[in-house]
Amino acid sequence: MTALLEIDGLTKRFGGVTAVDACSFTVPAGSVTALVGPNGSGKTTAFNLITGYARADAGAVRFDGAAVRRPDPIRLARSGLTRTFQQARIFPDLTLVENMVAALQQPWTSVFTRAVRRPERERALELLDEFGIARLADERAGNLSYGQKKLLEFAAVLMGDPRLVLLDEPTAGVNPVLVDQIEERIRELNARGLTFLVVEHNMNLVMRLCDPVVVLAQGTKLAEGRPDEVRNDPRVLDAYLGG
Amino acid sequence: MTRNGLLRGGAFVAAGIAFPLLFNAAWLVNIGILTLMYAALAVSWNLFSGFTGYITLGQVAFFGLGAYSLGITFEHFGIGSGYNPFYVLPIVGACVAFASLPVAWIALRTRAMTFAIVTLTLLFIVQQLAFNLHSLTHGSSGLMLPTPTTFGVDNYDRPFYYAMLGLVLLALLICWGILRSKLGLMLLSIREDEEKARGLGIRVTGTKLVAWWLHVFVTAMVGGVWAYYLTFIYPESSVDPLVMIGAVLMTFLGGRGTLWGPVVGALVLVPAQQYMLIHLGGSQLYLVGYAAVFMVVLLVLPRGIIPSIRDGVVRTRERQRTRGGAAKAAV
Amino acid sequence: MHQVIQAVILGLLIGGVYALMASGLTLVFGIMRVINVAQGALVILAAYLSYALFSHAHVDPFLSVLIVTPAMFVLGVLVQIVFVRSLRGDDAEELSLLVTWALALGIEGVLSVIFKTTYRATSPSYADKTLTVFGYQVQFVRLMAFVGSAALLLVLSLLLTRTKFGRAVRATVQNPTAATLLGVDANRVQTLSFGLGVSMAAAAGAVYGVIYPFNPGSHYDLISRLLSIVVLGGLGSLGGAVVAALVMGVTEAVVAVEWQPTWASFSYFIVLIVVLLIRPQGIFGVRERAL
Ligand SMILES: Nc1ncnc2c1ncn2[C@@H]1O[C@H](COP(=O)(O)OP(=O)(O)OP(=O)(O)O)[C@@H](O)[C@H]1O
Ligand SMILES: [Mg+2]
Repeated sequence: MTALLEIDGLTKRFGGVTAVDACSFTVPAGSVTALVGPNGSGKTTAFNLITGYARADAGAVRFDGAAVRRPDPIRLARSGLTRTFQQARIFPDLTLVENMVAALQQPWTSVFTRAVRRPERERALELLDEFGIARLADERAGNLSYGQKKLLEFAAVLMGDPRLVLLDEPTAGVNPVLVDQIEERIRELNARGLTFLVVEHNMNLVMRLCDPVVVLAQGTKLAEGRPDEVRNDPRVLDAYLGG
Repeated sequence: MTRNGLLRGGAFVAAGIAFPLLFNAAWLVNIGILTLMYAALAVSWNLFSGFTGYITLGQVAFFGLGAYSLGITFEHFGIGSGYNPFYVLPIVGACVAFASLPVAWIALRTRAMTFAIVTLTLLFIVQQLAFNLHSLTHGSSGLMLPTPTTFGVDNYDRPFYYAMLGLVLLALLICWGILRSKLGLMLLSIREDEEKARGLGIRVTGTKLVAWWLHVFVTAMVGGVWAYYLTFIYPESSVDPLVMIGAVLMTFLGGRGTLWGPVVGALVLVPAQQYMLIHLGGSQLYLVGYAAVFMVVLLVLPRGIIPSIRDGVVRTRERQRTRGGAAKAAV
Repeated sequence: MHQVIQAVILGLLIGGVYALMASGLTLVFGIMRVINVAQGALVILAAYLSYALFSHAHVDPFLSVLIVTPAMFVLGVLVQIVFVRSLRGDDAEELSLLVTWALALGIEGVLSVIFKTTYRATSPSYADKTLTVFGYQVQFVRLMAFVGSAALLLVLSLLLTRTKFGRAVRATVQNPTAATLLGVDANRVQTLSFGLGVSMAAAAGAVYGVIYPFNPGSHYDLISRLLSIVVLGGLGSLGGAVVAALVMGVTEAVVAVEWQPTWASFSYFIVLIVVLLIRPQGIFGVRERAL
């Protein structure tokens, strides 16, 4: 399988703490890759480095075969690499549909066109429906429950037809019904060819859904491989149990 | 456009056109002009700061640039008197707006608080330029513009009044258009969470610059009309921090990010300000009065009149709904 | 060359006084994210107080610092409690900018009513005395003002590093939530620091009146400088404010002798814009990022 995303020697220090330490792994095209590790092992920081929200101290990122010299969220999103945040981030004062349409990447020529054109609204409703929140389409997004906000954020990043989606703990703080929903969404989208890199603490979910699995501990990669390989790796058990 | 919106707009235009025809005392029309001037400034301030969340305190620098640009154009290009200068205004506005883009780009690289301060610095920079570029501006001795002789004596103020009215309407129209367009959607998402907006691929800087260009475009034209009306401008009056704070205050009073808020704010505050100026002006006490009004607005009504009313309406409706529900449940 | 060095000396001396004023501003920002636009007006207020003490009670302006500073500390505490503390919500920062601007207008208004708008200057007998050091001329009052400012800045830094209050302040600057969890009374720290920031303005203001003539409107000139100093240094950075103040003093003084005095402060603004082009967060600032 070809790699869609290649991380090589990624490093980030915050003062004395090395949050991500010479970390290398790849996300094969068409996979649902998991990035797991104990709290504070640098998963979110790695996401921030890859998507250009923080500047790496060292290391290289390749997306779709091309080196990403200075990762910039805007450019990456427009070239098909997008992410969600650990704490769901949506635009609370906009409606759900507006949230969705805002996530469509627009050319300059359309800035003076109508905010929400009919086909855009239809596309948004279709996606919202898949996520089971279409009936709330014209609600203020700020009124949603936390789990619904996560669904909305996930749905919105799909508006721009990305090729790789980075999900930061998509099921954390979400009720079990919605967790199933999210799992099903990921499966279905993946079947349609979308690649995922998922940070997730729910190990059952990871084992069911993801392949390969990358394990981080204290910023470095501990293991990388098929779920069952990783599960039986003694170092991984140590990292989780020991601390 | 909703029916209510049409009604509101229509009523404003009708009242605006009728005012000088009904009250033709020069001092009243003069207050009308000032009110419209502040309304135009407040609406265009809101157009940038209200929609992006970036507070600019440098708007009046572009008011001054517009004023001086028109004055200097008069001196060097003989654009004539009468109505001609009004036709030159859009060119002046567009030029000032384009010229402001590089500075705006630098300022927009900084975040909220720094941005406010940097723009405030722009205000002082332009004032200094007005003092120092003697050959263009005549420095502190001020710049004279020709007095239009064709307007007659009786209704001399009217063309200026209608020009200001036109600019208020233009600014409102731009805001209204933005609120309905993709640009508005992008600006609002930037105001709510700029980092998230970047992650979605919204070109935040370019989007903010479009809003910036539009706000400077209107502001500079307002400055031009004001200069032509006064026929005499000097650095302290054309780049006046008090005008800046006035426009901001009016927007806060009426409601930031709303269409009509800044207009409401101007309609309330400018007459009040003029009243204080007339009654307290000689003793400098008007500054104290002004500061007091300012404090009250910020501490008591920080969200503004229109949002407060809107909330009130929503709350009453909800209360009625729950009461209705309770009544039904009781039956 | 002689002229340039002379200008540099002059610039450093003036920069020291501005450093004192700006340090109060940046300290307050670091702790409560409030930009006190009234800092300039407070400097002018202190200048008038010292002027009044000098002309009515013949108190030496440098001694009057000891009276003016505590009085203005109390004023600062009151201002914080009445105006600043009540601002809540997500745009409290922006609102504070406007509230303190209103405060500045109020102070300007009151001063104009009491003292009228004519320019004043506090001129003690030694106002015109100059010293000559290695052939360079140094005005005595400016030297005194610089030494006094430097001493007060030293006291401030000792206060911040050596005392319990200072530790609470620094903890609040670094991480307000954590500081509160550790038992720091955030309200108290904020109120006292605001008072402290105003006293910096007060101390500098008392001597400002000896160096420059002033009127109630002078605060605009001051605040434009002070704000650009704290932005150049990096908002919230004390060391940055001091360096930026010295940069401003020297730039202005050198441009004034080598080119034209009228372009002096303009040239400093250009320095500011160029620095922001390269480092939007200022010389010593940290990048603000909302993640
Ligand atoms: N902006 C920052 N400044 C200083 N330290 C940071 C910063 N961001 C992260 N860290 C530190 O870097 C380390 C890794 O943090 P990170 O958030 O990446 O972990 P994580 O794997 O996402 O944890 P979790 O599972 O809790 O989300 C932690 O020790 C954290 O304290
Ligand atoms: Mg994390």
